[in-house]
Amino acid sequence: MTDQTTDSDQPGPADHTGVEITLENVTKRYPGQKAPAVDNVSMTLPAGQITVFVGPSGCGKTTTMKMINRLIEPTSGRIDLGGEDVLKIDPDRLRRKIGYAIQQAGLFPHMTVAQNVSVVPGLLGWDKKRTAARVEEMLDLVGLDPDFATRFPRQLSGGQQQRVGVARALAADPPVLLMDEPFGAVDPITRGNLQDELLRLQGELGKTIVFVTHDFDEAVKLGDRIAVLGARSKVLQFDTPEAILANPADDTVAGFVGAGASLKQLSLLRVRDVEFDRDKAITATLDDSVPELRERLTRGKLHFALVLDRRNRPVRWVHVRDLVSATSLAEAGKPVGDLVSLKSTLRDALEAILTEGGNAAVTGAKGEYLGTIGLETVTEAIAALREEYTDEPTTEGESA
Amino acid sequence: MNLWDFIVDRWDRLLPEAALHASAVIQCTAIATVIGVAIGIGVYRSPAGSAVATALTSAILTVPSFALLGLLIPVLGLGVAPTVVALVLYALLPIVRNTIVGLSGVDIAITDAAKGIGMNRTRVLTRVELRLAWPAILAGIRVATQLLMGIAAIAAYAKGPGLGTEIFSGLVRAGSANATNQALAGTLGIIILALIVDGAFVLLGRLTIPRGIRD
Ligand SMILES: Nc1ncnc2c1ncn2[C@@H]1O[C@H](COP(=O)(O)OP(=O)(O)OP(=O)(O)O)[C@@H](O)[C@H]1O
Ligand SMILES: [Mg+2]
Repeated sequence: MTDQTTDSDQPGPADHTGVEITLENVTKRYPGQKAPAVDNVSMTLPAGQITVFVGPSGCGKTTTMKMINRLIEPTSGRIDLGGEDVLKIDPDRLRRKIGYAIQQAGLFPHMTVAQNVSVVPGLLGWDKKRTAARVEEMLDLVGLDPDFATRFPRQLSGGQQQRVGVARALAADPPVLLMDEPFGAVDPITRGNLQDELLRLQGELGKTIVFVTHDFDEAVKLGDRIAVLGARSKVLQFDTPEAILANPADDTVAGFVGAGASLKQLSLLRVRDVEFDRDKAITATLDDSVPELRERLTRGKLHFALVLDRRNRPVRWVHVRDLVSATSLAEAGKPVGDLVSLKSTLRDALEAILTEGGNAAVTGAKGEYLGTIGLETVTEAIAALREEYTDEPTTEGESA
Repeated sequence: MNLWDFIVDRWDRLLPEAALHASAVIQCTAIATVIGVAIGIGVYRSPAGSAVATALTSAILTVPSFALLGLLIPVLGLGVAPTVVALVLYALLPIVRNTIVGLSGVDIAITDAAKGIGMNRTRVLTRVELRLAWPAILAGIRVATQLLMGIAAIAAYAKGPGLGTEIFSGLVRAGSANATNQALAGTLGIIILALIVDGAFVLLGRLTIPRGIRD
C-alpha cells in the first residue's frame, strides 16, 4: 500500500470546483450510417465527482464524451455544462474550459514538456510569469520532477507522458476534465500508480471528471459513479460501484461486471468500515514471562497469542506448543507476516488472512496493535453489502 | 588550353552566371514552395483532392523541359518569364506530394488533442500540423532544388540566365577551340552549385526542424 492510496482515502473537498453536466436525449448519427452511434441518451453527471463510462468496444463511449466538448456535434439533444447549453458556446472557448486527456497522451512531439503544458494558458493569454509558475505547479501536482520541463515527449516513458497529458489538461484549472482511456496504453503497475495519482489529485481538486474505459476494474477503482453503457451508448445502469457490484441491473451488466464480483466488492471496503475483533486475541509483550503467557492461553482455551514489541507493534505469533520449550518470547513462535492497517481494503485483509493462515493483526496509523481480523468478518461484510443493495432500483437511482 | 586554364581564364564570366543560376533556382523553388504548400494544405484532408493534385503535378513533370519551354516561348516570349514559369511548374510535384504526405502523416491523436484543448483550425494547422510535417516538406523542397539545378540549364534555350548558356554555346560550337571546355565548365559549375545548395539544406534542416522531432 502506497502513500498515494492512503491520501485518496480522504473524502474530497466540500467546495467542489467542478460543475454538473447533463445530457438530455442526446443522439449522434454519423453521416452514411443507418443506426445512430449514440441513441437518445440522458444522464446527469454530478459536479465534483468522477463518472466512469464503461462498456464494450464500439458502444459509443468516445462519441458520447466528445459531444461534451463538441469535438463531435450531436445530431439532436441538449448538453448542459453548469447550466449552460454547450451548443451556444463557441467551441474553441468551450474547450479551453474543459480539460482533455486521451490515450497515448497526444502530446505535441515538437514541444517540450513545459511548452505542452503551457498551451492552454497561452491560448487564454496568460503572461509568461504566471504561465511558468503554473507549469512548475502542474508538474509537481502530477508527480514529475521540475527537470522534466525541458524534455521532449519522446524522451519520456509512456507513464510519464500520461502524467504530462494530465498536467496539460489541468493547466488552466478547468472545472471539467474529459479522459478517454488515458491509462490504456501503459503496463498494469504504472496504470495502478496513475490511477492512485488521479484519485489523489481529485481529492485536492474536486473536478467533474468523465472517464472512459473498457476495464471494469478501473471503473470500480476510480468511479464515484459508473455508467455501464451498451450498444448505441444505451445506459444499462448508472450507479455507485458498490451498488452495481452488489446488484447488477441485468444479465448484460452482470456479464460485464464479470466473475469475481465479490472480490471486487472487497476492494471497495476498508478495514476501518467493518467490525473486526478488537480484543479477542491474547497479547503479551516481549519481556513477559513464558510460563505466565502459557497459563493465560490455557485458561482462555486459545492456541495462539500475539507478541508485541515495546512500542505496542505486533512482532510474533506464538502457539501454546511453542511455549513448552521456549525461554524468551523474543524467540518463540514465528514472526508476523502480513499486517493489515485501518486503511487496507478488505481484499488486502483477505490476502493477509490467507497468508497468516487464520487471523491477521490490525494496526493503527503508527503501526500499533488494534485487534485482529478473520474470515468471518470478511464474509459478514459481503453479506451486509448484498442485503443493502438488494431490490433497490439502481438505474438512474440516486443512492448514496 | 586545358579545362582548369579555361575556368581561370573565364572566371569573371562564369561566377556571375553561377550566381544567376543559383538565384533563379532558389527563387523559383521559393515561389513553388508557397504555391505547393498552399495546394497541399488545400487538398490533404480529401483523398480525392490529394490524388488529383499529385496526378496533375506529376503530369507536368513528364513533359520534356525542351518541349515545355518551346510551348511557353510563343506565349511569354524569351528570357526570364518562360524560365521562371517552367521551373516553378517542375518544382511543384515534389513539394505538393511531400506536403500532402507530411500533413496526412500527423497522428490523429495529436490533432485531436490540439482541437480538444481549444486550438482553432488555423492554430492546429500552423502550430502543430505544419511543424510536424516540416521535415517532409523540407525534403520535398530539397528534391525540387536538385531537380531545378539541371532543368535551369535548359532555360538557356529560351535565353534564360545561368550556366546553361555556357553548355549551350559549347555544344553549338562543337569541334572549335575550347568548345568542350566551355560545356564542361558549365556542367561542373552546376554540379558544384547543387552540392553547395544541398549542404545548405542540411544546415537549414538543423536550424528549422524542432529538436523534439529531429532524428
Ligand atoms: N467518425 C466516425 N464516422 C463514422 N462512424 C464512426 C465515427 N466514429 C465512430 N464511429 C462509429 O460509432 C460507433 C461508436 O464509436 P466510439 O468510438 O464512440 O466507440 P467506443 O465506445 O469509444 O469504442 P472503443 O472502446 O473501441 O474506443 C462505432 O460503431 C464506430 O464505428
Ligand atoms: Mg473510444
